[in-house]
Amino acid sequence: MTEAMLFYPMALVAIGGALGMIASRNPVHGAMYLVLSFFGIASVYVLLAAELIAALQIIVYAGAIMVLFVFVIMLLNLNEDDLERPRLTPGTIFGGAAALAFWMISFMVFSDLPDQTMPTELPEGFGQVASVGRLIFGPFIVPFESTSILLLVAMVGAIVVAKPRI
Amino acid sequence: MGSVPLAHYLALGSALFAVGFAALLVRRNALVVFMGVELMLNAANMTFLAFSRAHQTMSGQAAAFFVIAVAAAEAAVGLAIMIALVRNRNTLNVDEVDTLKY
Repeated sequence: MTEAMLFYPMALVAIGGALGMIASRNPVHGAMYLVLSFFGIASVYVLLAAELIAALQIIVYAGAIMVLFVFVIMLLNLNEDDLERPRLTPGTIFGGAAALAFWMISFMVFSDLPDQTMPTELPEGFGQVASVGRLIFGPFIVPFESTSILLLVAMVGAIVVAKPRI
Repeated sequence: MGSVPLAHYLALGSALFAVGFAALLVRRNALVVFMGVELMLNAANMTFLAFSRAHQTMSGQAAAFFVIAVAAAEAAVGLAIMIALVRNRNTLNVDEVDTLKY
């Protein structure tokens, strides 16, 4: 009962925020709409019994990544001439049609699925910090350690690319 | 009303992916194109978590964790490229940046 009462409004918030991101001309407004969309997505994650991932979504996505976006937008100091004007070219029409076609095909596939309901009983501690941590530091230890190297390489790469002179 | 079936979560994921894909194809501002990529990564995460809940295994949650880590690395490098782009070419329009060597 409560799952459906929360899922559909939050799904609407997520999709509405994403559409606002596309429609806004100013990238700062787009970033704010995307933060709204990320909050909607995080509340759907809570309904999927993924409390840790929902918290990470708020902290990493809505917090760190979007602050980085807004920070870079401010740093670039865009003026009115840099903002794009809405226009209709073959490229934009074809792009919009391709995205719409993707959504309609996937929707047709999902409506043909058998009506599988989610299991109500979940294992003890499903999606909470201790059990996800035990999984990441157990069977997924090699990808986890590779992630630390990936983040180090990304950090060095970002500094090398953004610095005027090394 | 009642519990939400798996197909509705998957449909939400595909709708978010389609909106991100549309941002990628329709918008010409490199920052908005980049936000579309972030949205598509979130749509993939939604699908991972929906199947994780439906099959009662947490491997999907571990995969979602790694997707978030990769997205953070991608955002850092991508925004550094945008700063370099504005410094060297003074544009953020992806249509004007179509040469590999300048």
